[in-house]
Amino acid sequence: MAASTFTRGALLSAAAGAGALVLAGAAASRAPAIAGEATHAGMKGHGGGADGPTFRQGGVVDHRANGFNPTEILRDFDWGTTRRLGNGRTLREWTVVAADKDIEVAPGVVYPAWTYNGRVPGPTLRCREGESLRVRFVNGSAHPHTMHFHGFHTAEMDGVAGIGAGLIQPGKSTVYEFDADPFGLHLYHCHAGPLAEHIARGMYGAFIIDPRKGRAEADEMVMVMNGFNTNFDAQGNQIYAVNTIAFHHVNEPVRVARGELIRVYLVNILEYDPINSFHVHGNFFDYFPTGTRLEPSEFTDTVMLGQGQRGILEMRFRTPGLHMFHAHKTEFAELGWMGDFEVVG
Amino acid sequence: MGEERRGLGRLPLWALGLIPLVLIVVALGALLTVGGDTMGDRRGPPVEDIAVERTVLRPGEIELTLRNVGPEAAKVAQVAVNDAYVDFSADGGEIGPRGSRRLTLDYPWQEGSPLLMTLLTSTGATIEHEVAVAVETPSRDGDLYGLMALLGIYVGVIPVALGMLFLPFVKRVREHWVRWFMALTVGLLGFLAVDAYLEGTEIGEASTGAFGGLQLLFIGAVVAFFALVWLDRFLRGRSERAEGTGTSAFRVSLLIAIGIGLHNLGEGLAIGAAYAIGNLALGAFLVFGFALHNTTEGLAIVAPLAKERRPSLVRLVALGLIAGAPAILGAFIGASIYNPELATLLIGFGIGAIVQVIVQIVPAMRDGAGRALTPATIGGILAGVAVMYATGLLIIA
Repeated sequence: MAASTFTRGALLSAAAGAGALVLAGAAASRAPAIAGEATHAGMKGHGGGADGPTFRQGGVVDHRANGFNPTEILRDFDWGTTRRLGNGRTLREWTVVAADKDIEVAPGVVYPAWTYNGRVPGPTLRCREGESLRVRFVNGSAHPHTMHFHGFHTAEMDGVAGIGAGLIQPGKSTVYEFDADPFGLHLYHCHAGPLAEHIARGMYGAFIIDPRKGRAEADEMVMVMNGFNTNFDAQGNQIYAVNTIAFHHVNEPVRVARGELIRVYLVNILEYDPINSFHVHGNFFDYFPTGTRLEPSEFTDTVMLGQGQRGILEMRFRTPGLHMFHAHKTEFAELGWMGDFEVVG
Repeated sequence: MGEERRGLGRLPLWALGLIPLVLIVVALGALLTVGGDTMGDRRGPPVEDIAVERTVLRPGEIELTLRNVGPEAAKVAQVAVNDAYVDFSADGGEIGPRGSRRLTLDYPWQEGSPLLMTLLTSTGATIEHEVAVAVETPSRDGDLYGLMALLGIYVGVIPVALGMLFLPFVKRVREHWVRWFMALTVGLLGFLAVDAYLEGTEIGEASTGAFGGLQLLFIGAVVAFFALVWLDRFLRGRSERAEGTGTSAFRVSLLIAIGIGLHNLGEGLAIGAAYAIGNLALGAFLVFGFALHNTTEGLAIVAPLAKERRPSLVRLVALGLIAGAPAILGAFIGASIYNPELATLLIGFGIGAIVQVIVQIVPAMRDGAGRALTPATIGGILAGVAVMYATGLLIIA
């Protein structure tokens, strides 16, 4: 009979359809693990993140393409060229060129930076107390810039808009002249507006004036604490580092000798965050704020600096092996501002 | 005698169709390859728009399924969870437009804590994805399927069957009461349709929109509506050929059952998905609430059968399963391969089906004078809405 045929047929086809759907769903959901996925979680139930923060494994920034390597910047001091002046003083000169450059700040992440001499941070300009200094600044960038130094100088040499040479337009140049005074660790940066952006984009560098009698022999290095706001929302940075490349000194630890005096010229130029800090593991240092006095103000393992603050750290490592150093603002450390000293001997 | 053809008239029909087609293909191909160059490049930085379609949490790892909903290819270079960069693996590199990518993040997340993931693309743009409360995603094993099947039976099959027990009552009651029950059914179904619409828009708007988002709700509704219309005509034709007039009442019940089944598919989906993300306590109160809510659906199915001879038990069971069992399938899908746009489509099916069913029932509400809306039937509709609303309040989900 047609009615019961329909019923049986309907029931059977409904059952078959439902069964097929369930089987299909089960097959789809039992999809095999993606080939090539090497998760560490299988080995440690807590997850690899318990080991500490890291960029994606297997990727490293291309330093050659960037044109600079933080390991080289660490111990690179630009003494410029010198000339004896008639009155017996030394004239020290540099040429610094502003250039726009895309740099890889993290493996796979490109940032459109504005640089001094094609590197971030810019060259570490070093001189001696009392010398006559002359910095020729050439603007090879597409934007107006200046060089503003932290140190004693006249208002016309201040490197701000509207005074002296003012803003240096693209293609133009100027010369900043002043005496090396006071001795200590200072910095320079662009002072064109909008100021936060000009600084954040990479236009800064260390400026060291050695005391007349010099300092004790030491393994000296420059660490400029900086960061990058890669999404340009000015609400903090996505990447934090010392000398630009995040986690660099985890991959390439800073090699130092056990027992040797180490002198770190530490500058904080981090934009968009109010403070930064420096902390070293398993060791303590004498801290000379701004380096303008020869007596340390503190013996500690952690210092906090606002933007523009800087200081000299002197320490000797007592034990060999890897000693971590990082910002003791954990967010910055986990977003890149951490590294290792490798103490040998 | 044919007229003498001139010009284009001399060409055969297929040529008249083919030539424009060929010209279109050639022209579009030229635009695609060369036309873009004449317009110049798009101004501005790359537009990167990546959305997270799905998050799966397993001990020590977080799996994200990404969808590129922007016009240009994009690549995720680094990922941070709660402001700490993490190692991750991916099933590929650059994501093309509309493409998807699966990332597995290595991170010791804590049960019950929130997670904020920041995806850093190769241009430095950030895409944030938040998990309000981290809960382990149920693994797709026999236990889960068993649980979802049980859930589907509790909230789908059993309540519908219980509601269908009203059949003898409906059969004995007088004619105008039957019309009242049909009106009650219309009220119940109307409430379900509106409720599903509201839920569907919420899910559709929150989805990535890669495949239409909210559009899928309307597409689903239209497809289901016309599919059921077709089914109705088909069944009508078959039974007319077989028996002359056809058992039209059973056909109405069948269509109601199918419509409710599609609706329950969406309901099961919602329950399964909520369970999977830990948003659902599968407590007695929840099951009770849903069950009470759905017994009214059983009543809606048997109301049209009042004045016909009682269908066979097999047919009644079939009706019950057609209406109730899809809740099981929905729960499976919701708990295992949940995708907001798929959910939107399925909810749309439910809406379209219910609307078609309401259209089916209205003729049965007509009294001797041909009016469907009498004071009695209006009261019935409102009573149906009230019952669904009241039982809906009991669902603490």
